[in-house]
Amino acid sequence: MAGYILRRLLQAIPVLLGTTFLIYFMVFAMPGDPVVALFGDKTPPPQVLEAVRERYNLDKPFIVQYLLFLGGIFRGDFGISFSGEPVSDILARTFPVTLQLAAIATVFLAVGGILIGLISGLRKGGIFDASALVVSLILISLPIFVVAFTAQYIFGVQLGWFRTTVGSGAPIQDLILPAMVLATGSFAQIVRLTRASVIETDGQDFVRTAASKGLSRRRIVPVHILRNSLIPVVTYIAVDFGVLMVGATVTEGIFNVPGVGRTLYQAIIRGEGPTVVSFVTVMVLIYLIVNLLVDLLYAVLDPRIRYVK
Amino acid sequence: MTEIETQKTIGSSVPEPRTDDERPLLEIKDLKVGFKTQTGMVTAVDGVDITLYRGQSLAIVGESGSGKSTTAHAIINLLPGSGEITGGQILLDGQDLTKATKHEMESIRGRKVGFVPQDPMSNLNPVWSIGFQVEEAIRANGIASERKAVKARAIEVLKEAGLQDADRRLKQFPHQFSGGMRQRVLIGMGLAANPQLLIADEPTSALDVTVQRVILDHLESLTRELGTTLLFITHDLGLAAERAEQLVVMYKGRVVESGPSLQILQNPQHPYTQRLVAAAPSLASRRIQATGSIKAAEDSMGEDAASAAGEAIDLIATAEARAEALETAAAQPPAIVVEDLTKVYKIRGTGDFTAVDSVSFQIAKGTTTALVGESGSGKSTVAKMLLKLEDSTSGRILVGGADLANVRGKELFALRSRMQPVFQDPYGSLNPLRNIGNTIGEPLMTHKVGTKASRRERVFELLDQVSLPRTLVGRYPNELSGGQRQRIAIARALALKPEIVVLDEAVSALDVLVQAQILRLLADLQAELGLTYLFITHDLAVVRVIADNVCVMQKGRIVEAATTDEVFENPQQQYTKDLLAAIPGANIPLGV
Repeated sequence: MAGYILRRLLQAIPVLLGTTFLIYFMVFAMPGDPVVALFGDKTPPPQVLEAVRERYNLDKPFIVQYLLFLGGIFRGDFGISFSGEPVSDILARTFPVTLQLAAIATVFLAVGGILIGLISGLRKGGIFDASALVVSLILISLPIFVVAFTAQYIFGVQLGWFRTTVGSGAPIQDLILPAMVLATGSFAQIVRLTRASVIETDGQDFVRTAASKGLSRRRIVPVHILRNSLIPVVTYIAVDFGVLMVGATVTEGIFNVPGVGRTLYQAIIRGEGPTVVSFVTVMVLIYLIVNLLVDLLYAVLDPRIRYVK
Repeated sequence: MTEIETQKTIGSSVPEPRTDDERPLLEIKDLKVGFKTQTGMVTAVDGVDITLYRGQSLAIVGESGSGKSTTAHAIINLLPGSGEITGGQILLDGQDLTKATKHEMESIRGRKVGFVPQDPMSNLNPVWSIGFQVEEAIRANGIASERKAVKARAIEVLKEAGLQDADRRLKQFPHQFSGGMRQRVLIGMGLAANPQLLIADEPTSALDVTVQRVILDHLESLTRELGTTLLFITHDLGLAAERAEQLVVMYKGRVVESGPSLQILQNPQHPYTQRLVAAAPSLASRRIQATGSIKAAEDSMGEDAASAAGEAIDLIATAEARAEALETAAAQPPAIVVEDLTKVYKIRGTGDFTAVDSVSFQIAKGTTTALVGESGSGKSTVAKMLLKLEDSTSGRILVGGADLANVRGKELFALRSRMQPVFQDPYGSLNPLRNIGNTIGEPLMTHKVGTKASRRERVFELLDQVSLPRTLVGRYPNELSGGQRQRIAIARALALKPEIVVLDEAVSALDVLVQAQILRLLADLQAELGLTYLFITHDLAVVRVIADNVCVMQKGRIVEAATTDEVFENPQQQYTKDLLAAIPGANIPLGV
């Protein structure tokens, strides 16, 4: 087991190198001069431009820029943003917020989605099932910003249950509405996936055998149906974590959450290579760890899977 | 003494006088079960009557779709999704189960009626340990509640079911058990709460014959010891007759005949039962043995299956014709030569696994050689290497004199057209999205044979050859029965006019009557087209009626090779003798 984890962590190294290189290259290849853009309508003297370029290594060829950046990362130095703040400070400020947001969203989509999917699957063809299918289809079809603005208007403006914007230093309950918005698409997918999985498991021979042993339905559902049905669902939740990160960019923008998404978006617009790559590196790292955890959880759920070496 | 009275039934047993106070344990009266479909209710069980007294054993026999399993599931009210009981009564000890509440049913299942399901591979939950699943049954039925007592009972139950090292294996998971071991676990679970009635639904049909025999012997002695009443469900007439005192033969949801097993087997009254008895390879081959002819066996079997009246056939003449054909074949160079064939699979961690170990045999043109063995004996691996779907580790395979190892590219492509396979599963081996015409015509397209019109003509010709109507061309596999699908698979194999057909368990998944028809068809096609067959099977009974020569495989080696008659009449190896003895019903004298 320990060997398996170590091997997976070692595999993460080439993945990280590859992603950082690609992202760095893409930011480098973006049209326009980020330094000129910094000054907006004003035209700064050439010496100032040169000084800024030198400070951010923008005067050097691409590969040198990348290697300098990479070397910095190994020393724990993520560079300095255009606003003069160390990137590591920005990371420390924004990541906790987004991780909280993603965690609330994941809890919501996993617990809610699995519960509704389970009831739906067990009552296949009933009114609850039919409604769940229609609603989930609608939620899947809606773009996230439509859900966000609608939720903001109904729950924030009309009902006044939640604050419409979060802002920095806001309490954690302010994150609930954005988290639910963030979770909607995946939540609907989980409902449908769990439903299908439950229906399939319910038709398995071993479920009938369990009943023939004299077990009550109340015991069969959690023990013999739910656990087996969760195996594909858990895999989906892991893959979906990436989708959640992307969704966070939009949701954080709309609700003004001071998290990774908003900061990253602004950094991309400004062409701040080091900031963008630093953020993406951390995101990739989190994604890899989440997937490793899920693979381990998978082995807990399904004893047929055993990781050797 | 079991008494069975059925309406519209021929040849019921003469009811034995009984003490008045003893009422039957199970009494099914005019049971009707239907399945809801989009086009309305489809009746699966249509007025079945069965009476079963305490301590007796009764088998319901029938083909797939006869309603035998549905009857069994109806008793414990575990019909699949859309099924429901639409009429009649099921009286268990006087209580009508069709009117029992959900809660009452839960306390009847396991406690009063035990159930042993069909497929040991799919009937244990893969994510829970064996111990957990047995203990759960013990707890649910209130046999024990304290942890240690439950565990002790679980070990006891498994040991009774023949799992000697039960205490050590409680923590293991189903995938760490062999099929036979899993079936023992299921039998143990079914008997965990000492039920009065045990329903065994095809308990061994997924197992090898020798394992099947051990398990059934064990089940028999165990139920006798405990005094459990046994209700068997099986498609195998021989097995039913050997294991149960009473038989109920079902056909299309109705009981067509019932009575004491031997009486039905030796003197079947209903035409359907007569056909079943005639077609059951295990029984039929015994009878045919007297004539000493293989080829005649097919003929007489086929004829019997075709018409219940049974036309007179000149068995001896057919036998002589076959003997002549074999002699001419022997004079020609063999179609297939296999020399020292070995296949080693490298397995990480546990070292190498030798699936096929220096196997050698020859098949003469126009003859049939059967490769017999239990699962894991390497017989299918030999077939794969012959078809060049798998490379050999060492040894040679010569097809028509050409060494397969040197055949590549275009030559291999041409060779494939001369060698065609038919596989076991008629459901899995046809693409559900292609219609029958395209399926049969696909090899012709691939090998660019003829024009569009001539290919179409060939498809029609092939449908004629396998005795299917030409109108099937535009239909899809899901609209056909298993037997029809297997005919399609054979037609596809014949499309390119091959010289060699490799039949890998080609009739194993079929009902006996259909099996007899397909075997007959294969024999006819062989006589007509001079085909060479490599027939791979685990079923020695089928070998008897189709093969000229037999190679018995065990653990990757050929342990015995001889003509079919020699193997059946004078087996040399203990393993072959065991296999022969394990054919269900082999020892039942037939009164025909």
